[in-house]
Amino acid sequence: MRLTIGLLVVWAIAGLGCGVLLADVLNEYTFLGFPLGFWFAQQGAIITFVVLILIYALAMGRFDRKLKAQLQQIAAEEDAS
Amino acid sequence: MTVQQYTFLFVGLSFSLYLLIAWRARVRDTGGFYVAGRGVPAIANGIATAADWMSAASFLSMAGLISFMGYAGGVYLMGWTGGFVLLALLLAPYLRKSGRFTVPDFVGDRFESQAARLVALVCALFISFTYVAGQMRGVGIVFARFLEVDINIGVVIGMAIVFVYATLGGMKGITYTQVAQYWVLIVAFLIPVVAISSQLTGQPVPQLGMGSELTSSGQRLLTTLDQIHQDLGFPSYTEAFDGSWDKINVFCTALALMAGTAGLPHVIVRFYTVKNVKAARWSGFWAIFFIAILYLTAPATAAFSRYFVFDSLATMEKDQPPAWFEEWEQSGLVIWLDGLDETGRSDGKIAYRAGDKNELFCPGKGITAGEVAALKAAHAQWLKSSGKDGADGRIILRQKGKGKPGPDRDIMVLALPQMAGLAAWIIALVAAGGLAAALSTASGLLLVISSSVVHDFYYRMIRPTATDRERLRLSRIAIGGAVVIAGLFGIYPPGFVAQVVAFAFGLASSSFFPVLVLGIFAVRVGAVPAIAGMVCGIGFTASYILSTVYFDGELWCFGIKPEGIGAVGMVVNFAVAGVLTPFCKPPSAEARDLVRRIREPEEDDSAPPVVH
Repeated sequence: MRLTIGLLVVWAIAGLGCGVLLADVLNEYTFLGFPLGFWFAQQGAIITFVVLILIYALAMGRFDRKLKAQLQQIAAEEDAS
Repeated sequence: MTVQQYTFLFVGLSFSLYLLIAWRARVRDTGGFYVAGRGVPAIANGIATAADWMSAASFLSMAGLISFMGYAGGVYLMGWTGGFVLLALLLAPYLRKSGRFTVPDFVGDRFESQAARLVALVCALFISFTYVAGQMRGVGIVFARFLEVDINIGVVIGMAIVFVYATLGGMKGITYTQVAQYWVLIVAFLIPVVAISSQLTGQPVPQLGMGSELTSSGQRLLTTLDQIHQDLGFPSYTEAFDGSWDKINVFCTALALMAGTAGLPHVIVRFYTVKNVKAARWSGFWAIFFIAILYLTAPATAAFSRYFVFDSLATMEKDQPPAWFEEWEQSGLVIWLDGLDETGRSDGKIAYRAGDKNELFCPGKGITAGEVAALKAAHAQWLKSSGKDGADGRIILRQKGKGKPGPDRDIMVLALPQMAGLAAWIIALVAAGGLAAALSTASGLLLVISSSVVHDFYYRMIRPTATDRERLRLSRIAIGGAVVIAGLFGIYPPGFVAQVVAFAFGLASSSFFPVLVLGIFAVRVGAVPAIAGMVCGIGFTASYILSTVYFDGELWCFGIKPEGIGAVGMVVNFAVAGVLTPFCKPPSAEARDLVRRIREPEEDDSAPPVVH
């Protein structure tokens, strides 16, 4: 759950923050030949979104495995006792 | 071979492939029909989701709109992909765990109310039909241009094809057909852009080419565009919040599209077609990965086509419009009305610019083909008589709703290969890609419509004793009915493809998104606040859109455009539900138990029980 909130914060900053609210300020800078705010709105935000979902899938997979290991351990301890 | 022959070849080949797949994957029970028997691998499901997602609006209209809107066009890019993040993180894992087939199903069970189920069902149908209308119009445009038939006949052909393979294969057939359609559409989208990027900038990667210098002038492409825009009086291409798209509009529209995307019923159902939660997460990743390939390329398509429009008009010989213009003029999606100079003569060149001197238009929705023909005739007379006789047609086309400056937005992607002088087969390939995009989305939506009607309405509300076979037969009939209605929407379109679709998102963001979020994360919210919220949210949004778009009312809500009003509708929905909750009965222990269960982490990899 904390992971979800963290990822959503990044989502808001990259998409709504850099892409919209700060776009006019960021446009002062140039990146790869693009004005930066324009780049965020049309490229950067999308790249960020893909990475966010990748992180989510990986992290949740690890979380599931950990949980399963714990459950197995508990079951094993119960068997032993 | 001509463009038309190539188009017949590619469209014929790709359509036979789709039908073959649909035949091979045909199904016999409702489980297979609705959720493909839950046996689709994650990556295939991801590709199918991507195809389902990327509609005619993404393929045909989005780049066209961006090329006219410049920076502000980014709302579509950010909105549609950003919404996917919301969906994958906030909704999909929980909805899937609930084991409910459809969104109305979840809403009905969570809020324990047939009324809530019915409201959600009506919302789902409304959104799906608005959306599918846009797809049908996209199909009509492609057929009209490349097979040289009337747009309406094009729509009818598209209806017939969708009907055949959606009824045959159900979700399973549609899923595997969509995988094929994805590859057709992505190849068709990438090839021309890569070719053009190399040609213009010497950089084959379009995402980089867009920021590079033009080989012809040594000046950056985007700088060149900004300069042209400034010279001709258009708002800047890269500068933010220039022209009518101010900060609040860009923000609201992006937010409405994001929340709307997350609430779209045909995309949510995709997360049900895989084996387990882990597969659902990975299919979400693959979906956005494959979506991003197109979405990162579209801005480049937009910038290149913008450049070519100006370039081809600037280098035009007297009375010799560029080839792309002549071909599209026949389909009535672009109109040239020459002006008179000081000496009372027409200069024979197309001037496309902001303001009164503009000579390039496309017809709006408030004008019929007959009126356009009459207007053109009067204008020709006006030109011939040096303004003494006839009438200047541009005055009419400058009126709101009658016409818009510049070519129709929907033709830009299709016209781009021709503007750049690419080979005939590439032009035909793009046509096949546009059809793949429209059909893949239309079929997914039609399935949602039919499952909503048959599963949520007939089976859950009217006749719970209906057998599997009976429901399957009814589903096929429902798809047939839905195809006909959708086709009618396509023939009498309520606006540009992407705009129609944007409205569907506005409605989704003001109804489904809040009710799903509340249903999952706010245990205390019961039936009455949820229904009131949905009704108020969608009612507010729909009436705002209707009053401002169809009755030309003022933008009375902070000057927010109809495209962005869904964000306000969403707030209305949340607010109404939040205010009412303390005064209403909390949900029963059973519903609270459902919420608790879906929020627990998955203990094993097995699929949750499906509530049939």
